[in-house]
Amino acid sequence: MKSLVAAFCLSLIAASVAAETLNLKVGVLRETHSRETLSILDIPAADDTLAGVLLGVADNNTTGKFTNQSFEAIDARLDEGDDVVAALDRLIDKGALLVIADLSPERLLAASERAGPKGALLFNVSATDDRLREEDCRANVIHVSPTRSMLADGLAQYLVWKQWRRWLLFKGSHPKDELLAQALRNSAKKFGAKIVEERVYEDTGGGRRSDSGSVQTQRQIPALTQNAPAYDALIAADESEVFANYLPYRSWDPRPVAGSAGLMPTNWDPAHEQWGALQLQNRFIQTFRRLMNARDNAAWLAMRMIGEAATRTASSDPEKLRLYMIGKEFSIAAFKGVRLTLRPWNLQLRQPILLSDGRMVVSVSPQEGFLHQVSELDTLGLDQPETKCRLK
Amino acid sequence: MQIEMTTATSPTLPRAGGRGSRLGLRLPAMLARFPRHGRACPGHPQENVRGVDARNKRGHDVRYVLRIIVSVLICAIFFAPPAHAYKAYVSNEKGNSITIIDTDKLEAIATVRVGRRPRGIALNKDGSELYICAGDDDAIQVLDTKTLKVTGKLPSGPDPELLALSPNGNIIYVSNENDNLVTLIDVKKKEMIGDIPVGVEPEGMAVSPDGKLLVNTSETTNMAHLIDTQSKEIVANILVDGRPRFAEFKNDGSELWVSSEVGGTVAIIDPVKRELKQKIGFDIPAMSKEAIQPIGISITRDGKRAFVALGPANRVAVIDAETKKIEKYLLVGQRVWHLAFTPDEKYLLTANGVSNDVSVIDVASLKVLKSIPVGAFPWGVVVAPQ
Repeated sequence: MKSLVAAFCLSLIAASVAAETLNLKVGVLRETHSRETLSILDIPAADDTLAGVLLGVADNNTTGKFTNQSFEAIDARLDEGDDVVAALDRLIDKGALLVIADLSPERLLAASERAGPKGALLFNVSATDDRLREEDCRANVIHVSPTRSMLADGLAQYLVWKQWRRWLLFKGSHPKDELLAQALRNSAKKFGAKIVEERVYEDTGGGRRSDSGSVQTQRQIPALTQNAPAYDALIAADESEVFANYLPYRSWDPRPVAGSAGLMPTNWDPAHEQWGALQLQNRFIQTFRRLMNARDNAAWLAMRMIGEAATRTASSDPEKLRLYMIGKEFSIAAFKGVRLTLRPWNLQLRQPILLSDGRMVVSVSPQEGFLHQVSELDTLGLDQPETKCRLK
Repeated sequence: MQIEMTTATSPTLPRAGGRGSRLGLRLPAMLARFPRHGRACPGHPQENVRGVDARNKRGHDVRYVLRIIVSVLICAIFFAPPAHAYKAYVSNEKGNSITIIDTDKLEAIATVRVGRRPRGIALNKDGSELYICAGDDDAIQVLDTKTLKVTGKLPSGPDPELLALSPNGNIIYVSNENDNLVTLIDVKKKEMIGDIPVGVEPEGMAVSPDGKLLVNTSETTNMAHLIDTQSKEIVANILVDGRPRFAEFKNDGSELWVSSEVGGTVAIIDPVKRELKQKIGFDIPAMSKEAIQPIGISITRDGKRAFVALGPANRVAVIDAETKKIEKYLLVGQRVWHLAFTPDEKYLLTANGVSNDVSVIDVASLKVLKSIPVGAFPWGVVVAPQ
């Protein structure tokens, strides 16, 4: 990690010697994510998100050798209670007007407001909230991360394709669980699935780790899923990591689990290998000695979008880069089998949604046969005719 | 994967150009029209034959018919010698094998097991050896085309994908994706003799007909790197559209064509001025832009016509290589990767990754004649020039 940073500093010095090298400084504003995950495999690493940015910097610098551009990342990590505006100010003072943001919706909106008068451009790489692309959309926030509605639609298309149309929806008791549940309800309606019953798993507090956890869970989950109307799939809405991973193999009826556990919609999975993705996974593992998660990937992609726009426009000006990215010329390759572009009405990146069982990528949505007049990728998530976004 | 998708009850649309339609319906129809090699004799296109039928029915000018028959016979003797039985080699990415096709019979005659994940393949000058990029074995294997035995391997970096031979056949240039390097291998000594740093994920490789210019495309940097083969230095970097995968020179060296898989275009580069001349885009009715992903390119020796494989669009675009106008789209198998002419340019073979077959295109009539089943996920194809 340190050696990498040192290497980037060195490359920066070397680059600055050469004449007319354009240097782009990119800030990384990232929150600490909860270590309270049901599976220890999902506990975030110390360089979560940052590692993706640094791989993007390395890729961009390889290209930059040929275009006289150099890229540099400046990390700013926020603990709970830290002031996001102050942190953003420090990044801007250091010359980073392009900022990759791994922030909660509240902090992202605060950062966006501050970034406005300073001419900074933010790239949201983790918040899936639809409102950030709808009623709370901002002209200086580009959304690389998919929305809950895109994730839910990606899953729903596959379940409908499988003819698993009757869902038992099991949701957590936190507000963000309800947001995901609502996205799933909308998807069911959109694609012709039916939610036969909804149940709530109350979070009564407490930790996730214990040395005899499985004994209780094994007795508890069958009881909680008993006496349901006939259903095809058990759908979990549990962003808070309270219960979803307890459902597979434990439900009263033998049914597949999907949503927050089982078959999970995501923008990236460390098992994804198609369309050359193996190359990116290999580069990431070789550099950071761990697997690339969804946030790392969105952060890498944000950095690649910055690199691509800088290469094509030969500029580091955030407004020039923004205009290029929302223009017709822009597209980016992201190992998803198709080119990705921005929805100009709310600056959301169009992208396929991977469906992962945690070991393999089971399928990739949009599913064949779900058609759209503009782009099949727009069958995923809220579309232009229904948008509430008015970019300012 | 695809097999399940087409059989399950689901809201999928019927796939145009599925194997059933090509093999079951179109092939017999084609064979009925073209008795043997499927190509009309020059100067006697199909319209004439139909014209004969019409005259016959009207019951006059039998001599005309005889004249036609005689001229057809003469034509058959002088202008349509039996097709050479070339051998085509197809790398099967998931099959870990090479399928060998007899281009006279148009059928597979042998399958040889080779290293893991074979993709890019190339023949040496006399066709005696086939070089195979076995990506998951981090090796370039050498297949003796007489004995069909793997006789050894050439050194390469990790995960070799595509390679190109110098015109004299002495040097192999390989793209090593994981190292951002182009590696040079001396074929006779079986030694690495250098490498050249290029952009992120080097892929497409081509050498100019005079051997002086090497081009490499880098998939994430989105450039064609032009390299002087003498000095081994990059002399120009030309930005092209997203994920450039393949490069091909015109036979006279006047143009370099580069396909961009994700960008959906083919860039035409002037290798002398070292600049982009134009881009060719594709538009297929009722097909989303994202599905059109150009990969393999083949250009006829006279430089007049080009064929571009369009990946999951399941089509090969036929392009007037002089005006750059698209003449036609030919429906082939699913996810078409790479293309190869037979040395007489009678046929163009296409490796169709998802449908596990090779489509045979008749170059003169621009018809798809046949699908030849090969191994799992065919990727590369070359034809022995003898």
